[in-house]
Amino acid sequence: MIGEIINIAFISGLIGATMRMATPIIFATLGEILAERAGVLNLGIEGIMLMGAMTGFLFTFSSGSIWLGVFAAACVGMLLGLLMALLSVHLGLSQHVSGLGITLFATGLAMFIYRLHFGSPTVPPIIEPFKQVALPLLSKIPLIGSALFKQYSLTYIAWLLVPAMSILLYKTKIGLKIRTVGENPVVADTVGVNVTLTRTLCLVAGGAFMGIGGAFLTLAHQNMFLIDVIGGRGWVAIAMVIFGNWDPVKGTIGALIFGFLDGLQLRLQSVGLVIPFHVFLMVPYLLTIVALIGVSRRATVPASLLKPYRREEKGG
Amino acid sequence: MANKDQPIVRMSSITKRFLDITANKNVSFDLYSGEICALLGENGAGKTTLMNILFGYYTRDEGAIFIKGEKADLSAPKDAISRGVGMIHQHFALVPSQTVLENIIVGMDCGKGIFLDLKSARQEVLALQKRFGLEIDPAAKVWTLSMGEQQKVEILKALYRDVDILIMDEPTAVLAPAETADLFHTLRSLVGEGRSIVLISHKLNEVMEISDRIVVLRNGQVVAERKTAETSTRELANLMVGRELLENIEKNELPAGEPVLEIKGLNALNDKNLPVLKNLDLIVRQNEIVGMAGISGNGQRELSEVLFGMRSPADGCIEISGKPLKSGSPTAAIKADMGRIPEDRIDTGLLMDLSVEENLILETHSSADFQKYGLLKSQRIQRFSEELIEKYRIMTAGRDAVTKSLSGGNLQKVMLARELARKPALIIASQPTRGLDVGAMAYIHQRLLQERERGAGILLISEDLDEIFALSDRIIVIFEGQIMGQASVATASREQIGLWMSGVKA
Amino acid sequence: MIRFRIVKRQPLSGWAKVAIPIGAIVVTLMLSAIPILFAGGHLWKSYFYLFYGALGTRYNLLETFVKASPLVLTGLAVAFAFRAKFWNIGAEGQLLAGALTATVLGVHLSAIPPALVLPTIIIAGFLAGGIWASIPALLKTKLKVDDVVSTLLLNYVMIHIMGALLFGPLQQPGSSWPRSSAIIEAACYPILLIRSRFHLGILISFLAVWIIWFINKKTIFGYQSKAVGINIRAAHFGGINTTSVILWTALISGGLAGLAGVGELCALQYRLIMDISPGYGYSGIVIAMLGNLHPVGVLFSSLFFSVIIVGAQTMSRMTGVPTYIAEVIQGMALMVMLIFLLFTEYKIRVMRR
Repeated sequence: MIGEIINIAFISGLIGATMRMATPIIFATLGEILAERAGVLNLGIEGIMLMGAMTGFLFTFSSGSIWLGVFAAACVGMLLGLLMALLSVHLGLSQHVSGLGITLFATGLAMFIYRLHFGSPTVPPIIEPFKQVALPLLSKIPLIGSALFKQYSLTYIAWLLVPAMSILLYKTKIGLKIRTVGENPVVADTVGVNVTLTRTLCLVAGGAFMGIGGAFLTLAHQNMFLIDVIGGRGWVAIAMVIFGNWDPVKGTIGALIFGFLDGLQLRLQSVGLVIPFHVFLMVPYLLTIVALIGVSRRATVPASLLKPYRREEKGG
Repeated sequence: MANKDQPIVRMSSITKRFLDITANKNVSFDLYSGEICALLGENGAGKTTLMNILFGYYTRDEGAIFIKGEKADLSAPKDAISRGVGMIHQHFALVPSQTVLENIIVGMDCGKGIFLDLKSARQEVLALQKRFGLEIDPAAKVWTLSMGEQQKVEILKALYRDVDILIMDEPTAVLAPAETADLFHTLRSLVGEGRSIVLISHKLNEVMEISDRIVVLRNGQVVAERKTAETSTRELANLMVGRELLENIEKNELPAGEPVLEIKGLNALNDKNLPVLKNLDLIVRQNEIVGMAGISGNGQRELSEVLFGMRSPADGCIEISGKPLKSGSPTAAIKADMGRIPEDRIDTGLLMDLSVEENLILETHSSADFQKYGLLKSQRIQRFSEELIEKYRIMTAGRDAVTKSLSGGNLQKVMLARELARKPALIIASQPTRGLDVGAMAYIHQRLLQERERGAGILLISEDLDEIFALSDRIIVIFEGQIMGQASVATASREQIGLWMSGVKA
Repeated sequence: MIRFRIVKRQPLSGWAKVAIPIGAIVVTLMLSAIPILFAGGHLWKSYFYLFYGALGTRYNLLETFVKASPLVLTGLAVAFAFRAKFWNIGAEGQLLAGALTATVLGVHLSAIPPALVLPTIIIAGFLAGGIWASIPALLKTKLKVDDVVSTLLLNYVMIHIMGALLFGPLQQPGSSWPRSSAIIEAACYPILLIRSRFHLGILISFLAVWIIWFINKKTIFGYQSKAVGINIRAAHFGGINTTSVILWTALISGGLAGLAGVGELCALQYRLIMDISPGYGYSGIVIAMLGNLHPVGVLFSSLFFSVIIVGAQTMSRMTGVPTYIAEVIQGMALMVMLIFLLFTEYKIRVMRR
């Protein structure tokens, strides 16, 4: 059995799977980093991903166009991000509770709309999912070529988003504004940055990423919609943001590690390892907690995270 | 020189109300170009509110504002900045984890398209620095800078934005005397170029030194306007307070008794793990007030935190009334009969969303007086809090009133009531009158003197030299975590103390 | 141009504290018209069946209490924790821990006197939930790990522990489904009213409401946990052992959720299945917020939600509106309640320029 693990096909398959499984988490993590860097903890992520998954599936099923599904998922994510902004930024409600409220609402809404549209058929409806795209030349590289460069389009997009977000945060004027809002909104306000607008835009854009991340799970990874399709990946993304110290590249590394464990778990089962299936499912979550223990001491949290910003709090 | 024809800023009949207070009542204020105008008044007079309105941070309820002749709406700082108004608040608006350069350029349109152009921004900033003598390494992270240096960054921020009307709120509060001279030099060169400066302050001597004109606020209204050359500190003090000079503190001669606090060789690290207290020695005796003078940021906060049990020292020995104090435990400090008044009462000392009563029993709730088998003795507690409210004349709707509804002075009274009720042997009072009006200040001073009579030993940590000189029997000065020197109040001179505060060993 | 600004207002009087939740419920019900109509349901018919299904017959009414029972317990669990700012999102996992413990004991405790079986199971279930909640509490106090994330992740860990056991040692011999053997007779909660499912656990949850109210109001522990929730730094300054407070809070909170799990197992299912909880732990969060973190508030909002959940079943049968409308209403109720709570402290100021 060891021989079955340590062979090219297995490792190659594992690398490919890592990329695939990590993709939704990368999208979700980047979306959450954007929000948290601006100072808002968005706990609506799990619900937004589910709505994204459902909406993407629904639009793809109805229209036959898979990219329309992705677009619809992004739009739904933006709307929910806007709702989160209204509650936690404009009204200044507790970020914890607003976010959880959105997750609960979006979860219920997703199931409600799905059930309304599809009823409860014995055979779940399916769509024609994304096909993996092999990049010319690169995919011919021996060993890793077929693993790394034969992926879904969305995965390639995720890869491009990671450096894009790094550049945005660290090398652009907008990025400096976002980071300042997240560290000290008073500072941002007094230099004329619109704190409310900045946070809202970050939540909306972040929501789009989260929606797309969810849609990946029903449009590429699987080809149907199930109630537990997100399976806690939104929460994993929250953990990955902390793990990556709010940096896009480091957060993505965390997502890759999780994707690796996820992929490993599937593969070890198929190789016939005699450990109960569910123990495997547990491992990624446990290791995420362990990872958090490792980094929490040295975490440099954006200083204004969780605090609503209101100007006229005190008198005189 | 000042242009007397048209004011560059005219604020007319400004009224601003908060929940139940009117911070500014029908205030009119003019500023002319090329002058330094001081806005003088005691804490709570409405100076900062008025200027925050000019800066667009607060919005006025009534009145009109004209900047450079144009009517200005000012619903956000952005508007004020675009008209050339800049404000440097008392608590600097800087991001400690970012660099000097990032702090200066944030929000500005420097560079190509959406990208930051750090190189050319750096050049511009260096040029500005040279012009005004405000040299600081642009790549340094702000948290590594001293207060004086951070203030320079704030000034550079304003200059980078071509601000011609600069408002500074209590700028010398965090500066050593030498840095203050530096600042005044900078201000003079700024107005020399035609800019105008509003200086908010309650320090009479400095206002007399640097300003051209003085406007005095009291209780939210303008009470007087004077040319600096035509007035005196005595007149200003009268105007500020509305009555003849400040409090008259009477202190008896009392022989100091046994030591209640002995610190030997104390070493401690700050939040950045750098040494902040270095081999500190200190003694406080019964019937004695030891005044610790020093610019903020020299270890006072950390020292009080160590004594309060909120911070564990690296090394050293602390004895309260002869018994060693267990470190890192607030409970131990309470049991050691220490009355503790922390410098930020709201964040550290009080539970603002709880009732006054619940705050009064914070330290004693688990004592046999107030609980049995884990159940609260509500009647006993009720009597206790009512007695304290009366004894300390705390103005509140009742013992059940939520604490955040109280004024600053009354908040401090709640703290005092709680700490002094146990008649502690040692009292640590850290910036006890900061931000309070003269009436509240006088009350607290009286209380501290009464405790001294009773036999307590008091360590008074304060940035207010007047307060230190008025109350202390002995004055010590802390600088960079060490005691620079000490003198009895009879023999100490302000000059000597000032030198020690700046780190000059006599 | 008209601008809006949120500014502080004068505090509202006492009656507002009751009017606010009621107002939130009324508004939520009005807003529920939107999904009902969207689903093509007849509006008044739907409302009718919603309330009839929950309150219309004796059986329905008692069933509403049956459904409320776990909600009260998870609501209390979350409210008690949130009050101390221990963000316990893990009530679901703690509930499962209780159910799991009840199963193991309930299947195997035939050797001890029958009268002792239930008390043993109840205590063990409470402890199991409490211990599962103490893990994230320890991580928070000793290692500064964020409690939101750790409690959430542990939910998934517990689900998989349950799965591993149900497909393994706990699986009913001879079955291919993930379900356990049935618990013994002595481990079942007695049914207290004939021709219904009204069981002992319901009384336990009402008792819990009273106990938590008592702790909060009359004990020093209640005072301490409130202080820790309001300002942990000042509580520490005042000599409160904040670590100990958070750990005990977690223990009690998790224990309450564990009791909910015990109830579902010993009163309704009699054996452990994967779907033993349709998200009661998460509903507890909404219920706790709607009840403004107060035990009596939790009681009433649990009843409200129970009405919605039970009624939605009947409504669904009669009008075709999917049962998931219950979750949609839950989410809406939370947001409406938050907004209402906001307006107890702030108001909108319209500024015209």
